[in-house]
Amino acid sequence: MSQKIRSLSVNEPLKSTQLDPKFKYEVAKEPGGEGLGYCFQCGKCTATCPIRRVESIYKPRQILRAALLGLREIVLSSDVIWLCATCFSCTERCPQGVKLADVMRAIRNIAVREGYIHPFFQAQGKMISEIGRIFEDDEFINEQRADLGLPPVPIVNLEEFKKILDSTKIKELLASKGSK
Amino acid sequence: MKYLLFSGCSIPQKENAYELSARKVSDKLGIELVDFKGANCCGFFLESVDHLSAQVLAARDLCLAEEAGLDIVTLCTGCFGHLTKTRNHLLEDDKLRDRVNKILKKGNREFKGSSNVKHFTQILLDEIGTEKIMETITRPLNNLKVVTHWGCHILKPSDQLHIDNPENPERLNSLIKLTKAEFVHYMEEKLCCGAPVLGVDEKLSLKILREKLASIQKVKADAIITICPFCHIHLDLNQLSIEETFSEIYEIPVLHYTQLLGLAQGFSPDELGAYENRTPVDDLLEKI
Repeated sequence: MSQKIRSLSVNEPLKSTQLDPKFKYEVAKEPGGEGLGYCFQCGKCTATCPIRRVESIYKPRQILRAALLGLREIVLSSDVIWLCATCFSCTERCPQGVKLADVMRAIRNIAVREGYIHPFFQAQGKMISEIGRIFEDDEFINEQRADLGLPPVPIVNLEEFKKILDSTKIKELLASKGSK
Repeated sequence: MKYLLFSGCSIPQKENAYELSARKVSDKLGIELVDFKGANCCGFFLESVDHLSAQVLAARDLCLAEEAGLDIVTLCTGCFGHLTKTRNHLLEDDKLRDRVNKILKKGNREFKGSSNVKHFTQILLDEIGTEKIMETITRPLNNLKVVTHWGCHILKPSDQLHIDNPENPERLNSLIKLTKAEFVHYMEEKLCCGAPVLGVDEKLSLKILREKLASIQKVKADAIITICPFCHIHLDLNQLSIEETFSEIYEIPVLHYTQLLGLAQGFSPDELGAYENRTPVDDLLEKI
């Protein structure tokens, strides 16, 4: 992915017609997105971010600014929103109490609904919704565990599990063909 | 003292030594670990796709614990964080609880909030206590010099998890001092290991890991101590990837805290699964 990460930078003057003034409210309505409006662009999040440290294109401050401006499609289709490591350093240190990791999750959740799911999260999500865990091949794992004297991994009652999970929208969300 | 052991997804797949050593240490300290039958992924990995579904998964596990009448203990910090946050949200937000319970009802389950979630280190600190652990130390590890990587999800967000001060986790640090190993600090102690972005951008995650390892190398630590299976995989196994990608060799052993404590309690390296670790631990073991 490193080769084709698209930056959020906008190089030409923005026209008001490109902006969706409702986007910030859309994000703020998601659980965790509530604090977006408090961001005053100090940049402490970017300064403290481990990803930013090694990838100059990733700037949490810039993502929040773009969301506040209403660059809806640019934000949702951007690769950078998938780079947050959820380390919560920014969330912990933000002087305005913006829960940035949660805002980023809110943006990702909207992006998924708009058909921009990241292939990694899609694959992992499919695995969980099918077998209840992120890895398969329990037989091999259980042999290794038995050698160490450990009990087999728990067996998920898939019939009941799926009755529950299928009552959410997860299947529909994971069925997306990926990046729109 | 009885808990349901939630081993999550990563431990059975790649870090069985963590569970093995945690079971040994628990036996020694009188903590009874009950197998968590029927548990699914905690839901953390669905967070980026759909927050509600991720909460439903955690809620199902919490229901299973309530039905068993026990509190949950996790070894993985990611599972701990996600289960704890979900439980908090379900208890605080009536509307969310109703919504989630309506979904859980399809499987004849209901979240009530009667079972709590704890990380293994919390049991050590709050339930057993350092004094009682000290009594079990028969082989003080005076000759070892160690650093810690506690990981992000045990400490943050601190307003939800209430484990320790993320900027200076003194309580967690006291766990190292118990073993009598020399505890040294390093510049990048608080840096994320990079594991969470492995699946999105492997090279990027390795670049972060490399900064961390380089900083640890400077203080000449004998071992890095972890309490998260996912951090452990990255710090330990992926030293090989660092070598392949950047031609840099670190070879710093990485131990689960339960292995360190187990060694100090006199267990043999084999009993603690020390040879399951990817970076060779032979030099380290010769020192004890």
